[in-house]
Amino acid sequence: MSISTTMGVAAPSSPARRQVWRGGLLGRDYLWALAFIAPYVAVFLLFVVYPVGYGMWLGSDIASYRALFADPVYPSAVLNTLIFLAVGVNLKLFLALLLSGYFMRKGWWVKTLLLVFILPWAVPGIPSFISIHWMLNGQWGLINNTIWDLFQMDGPPWLDQSTLAMGSVIYGYIWKWLPFWTVIFLAGRMAIPRELYEAADVDGATGIGRFLHITFPLMANLYLVCTLLSLIWTLGDFNSVHFISGGGPALSTHVLATLGIRDAFELGDPRMGMAAVMSALPLLIPLVILLMRKLSKGEVQL
Amino acid sequence: MSATLRAGSGRRGQLARRSRWLGEAGAMAFGVLLAIWTLMPLYNMVLVAVQQKEDVFSTNIWPPAPTLESFVAVWHETYWLLANFWRQMGNSAFIGIAVAFLTLAIGTLTKFTISRLRIRQGPLLTNAALLTYVIPMSFLAIPFYGIMRSYGLADNAWSVIAVEVTFATPYAIFIFQQYGASIPYELDEAARIDGASPPQIYFQIYLPLMAPALVAIGTYALLLAWNEYLYAFLLLSSEKTITVPVALGKFLNSDEAPWNYLMAAAIIYALPPLVIYYAFRRHMSSGLTMGGVKG
Repeated sequence: MSISTTMGVAAPSSPARRQVWRGGLLGRDYLWALAFIAPYVAVFLLFVVYPVGYGMWLGSDIASYRALFADPVYPSAVLNTLIFLAVGVNLKLFLALLLSGYFMRKGWWVKTLLLVFILPWAVPGIPSFISIHWMLNGQWGLINNTIWDLFQMDGPPWLDQSTLAMGSVIYGYIWKWLPFWTVIFLAGRMAIPRELYEAADVDGATGIGRFLHITFPLMANLYLVCTLLSLIWTLGDFNSVHFISGGGPALSTHVLATLGIRDAFELGDPRMGMAAVMSALPLLIPLVILLMRKLSKGEVQL
Repeated sequence: MSATLRAGSGRRGQLARRSRWLGEAGAMAFGVLLAIWTLMPLYNMVLVAVQQKEDVFSTNIWPPAPTLESFVAVWHETYWLLANFWRQMGNSAFIGIAVAFLTLAIGTLTKFTISRLRIRQGPLLTNAALLTYVIPMSFLAIPFYGIMRSYGLADNAWSVIAVEVTFATPYAIFIFQQYGASIPYELDEAARIDGASPPQIYFQIYLPLMAPALVAIGTYALLLAWNEYLYAFLLLSSEKTITVPVALGKFLNSDEAPWNYLMAAAIIYALPPLVIYYAFRRHMSSGLTMGGVKG
């Protein structure tokens, strides 16, 4: 999760020093350098270039796009992907930003709470998502049992109705990833110099004023980069959807990432699966370009 | 006059104290809600695991007669879907350790060459890593399935190891870049004047000084591989080679799955990363959040 300031730019070093080393990197040293980068170059060629090329080739068949667009599941998967990104990512990051402020409070119990709060991040995703799947079971799940005990009424069928099922997926996704982003924003807040707040206090700034005039302007760039990164990762999120709703009920909660796998392996049509994945590129590529641009300016370090 | 003033400020002080106290109480109440939100799915795991199979299908929100029977069943592999549980734990561990080791080796060698040996193609390599970093992992699942077959790695742990290393190394390179920037370059120069070769500098100067970053990335790569589901599911198929998350997924899909066994197995599988995570928490969070915002 790290991006450095110098990415995509030449190594930051004084020209004089580089010349010394340019001279040094000859003969045997140059061979060592080649030997040292050989493993990474091999990994890149065998497991990045080849799969990307092969994937593009699989996804270059016009007929499979025709089949894909004719599939009634496809439009709903596109819509779900957009909802998942727009609601899931933004709600999660906004809550993380607020919670990071909460965890700036002093006191032993806040520190203890933070240790508890990061549990969802530390526990592997699959057990948690399976647990959430069962917890939301309309008949025997913990949530509806609790609703029954408290209010003597039946809870909604969380996973049997498409809107609720999509909401459940977003809930599970936020539950899992909220701690990670909260910790990131917490680090961002801690990097803001105390003196700024002290000066604001002298000027009589209130809590909201402090947030609007100090915290937010200083965190805005970090927040934007986190949003872009999170959008990219969430676009490829397979596990939350697959384990919480399983794409159901009646294939109504598929997103592009799960639809691609379903088309390729359940329907046995890898070209159609790859077409589903490739159809996410018009969304992915602008995000990647925006992210690169932000990062190469070097304003934010993650 | 002065008396009323004092009385006024006294009341104001009281009000301020009361509002601070109210704020603290409100924060605590919110903390309780946050703890419930966080613990609910985890409590559900334990709740299901400590009940009998039939009791799982009930309206209990509290285990009526807690039992560790399902953990015993997982431990002794007495249920057919769990027959290879420990072997699968072993597979997960092997893949995790191999990924951690390879990610560290390839990541440090690459970064060492870029920033210490200053190879001319450095920016090219950094961009290659960046390109890999922004590809969503699951988007390459379909081509990888075919490619691993053509490499002769079908149903072989090394196929999953290769994929995880591919996606973990770019992150490793970026963390090493940030961390390595603080190692003074004069050390290398001094060693060179003494006639040290690149491998000597790598092993005797670079690696020891990078130790904290190595711990952070090793943990990260280990947990990434341990938690992987999709690639393990697609690339591994036989009972003897699959990892625990794949087995859990199969369990979930089988008819009449005993949920208490499933959850007991899931808890045992979740414990090692939990321990590692909290043990190396400081390294992890400093690695993951290195830098923060640059004011």
